[in-house]
Amino acid sequence: MEDEIRVPIASDADIVIARQQGRSLAERLGFTATDQTIIATAISEVARNIIKFAKRGEVVLSPAVKSSTHGIMVVARDQGPGIADIHLALQDGYTTGNGLGMGLPGCKRLMDEIEIKSDVGKGTTVMMKKWVP
Amino acid sequence: MEVPILKQGDYLIATFQAALTDEDLLQLQDALVARVGKFRSRGVIVDVTALDVMDSFAARTLRALAHMVRLRGAETVIVGIQPEVAFAMVQLGLTLEGVATALDLEEALLLMNRRTKGANIRGR
Repeated sequence: MEDEIRVPIASDADIVIARQQGRSLAERLGFTATDQTIIATAISEVARNIIKFAKRGEVVLSPAVKSSTHGIMVVARDQGPGIADIHLALQDGYTTGNGLGMGLPGCKRLMDEIEIKSDVGKGTTVMMKKWVP
Repeated sequence: MEVPILKQGDYLIATFQAALTDEDLLQLQDALVARVGKFRSRGVIVDVTALDVMDSFAARTLRALAHMVRLRGAETVIVGIQPEVAFAMVQLGLTLEGVATALDLEEALLLMNRRTKGANIRGR
């Protein structure tokens, strides 16, 4: 079992590092080329949210297991402003920034599981999992 | 990492590398819009064959680029979106509406020739 990979996120170049690390871990875990791209795309979105809303944070990548299969876990963590209404943030087209409001709802479609914990003024943690079919 | 821009006759060709930061994308956008004027180019071909991920920022930047280039009187064609990238884009909900796409460089040049030489308003 591999150890977790921590990628500090503080600039747009770190977004690229996080998604490349995610892709190579997904490849080692046995995901198809399509799933590797899907995972890298979701990592790109959550890492960009860190830069956009919190300026800095980290993305932690690790293998995940459940009884029937295994997969990848992506955790994006920051100490930024937090999300007031998580339910709203997961709605298509909802945006507080100048984006398209595709980020989190898009990640929900790309990954198998997504869980968001956020305290206003304290920060946000997005946890996503995808399982090898 | 700066994206190389090649001048090929009336067209500009920009070829993406795998790892492009947001900053690189914005730089490319500015450089292409400026060069359309400098070289009086009729079209811009953006080759994204090597691009690993097309996320919401990259898609938005390409759409903005195509619109800016059109405002400068030229056309844009995006070529080489890989099948996995297309799949992830659709799942994420991204579109490149209003932006011409082609399978590869050859198809892009044919499309560009049809679009820019067909209605030759500059009379050359």
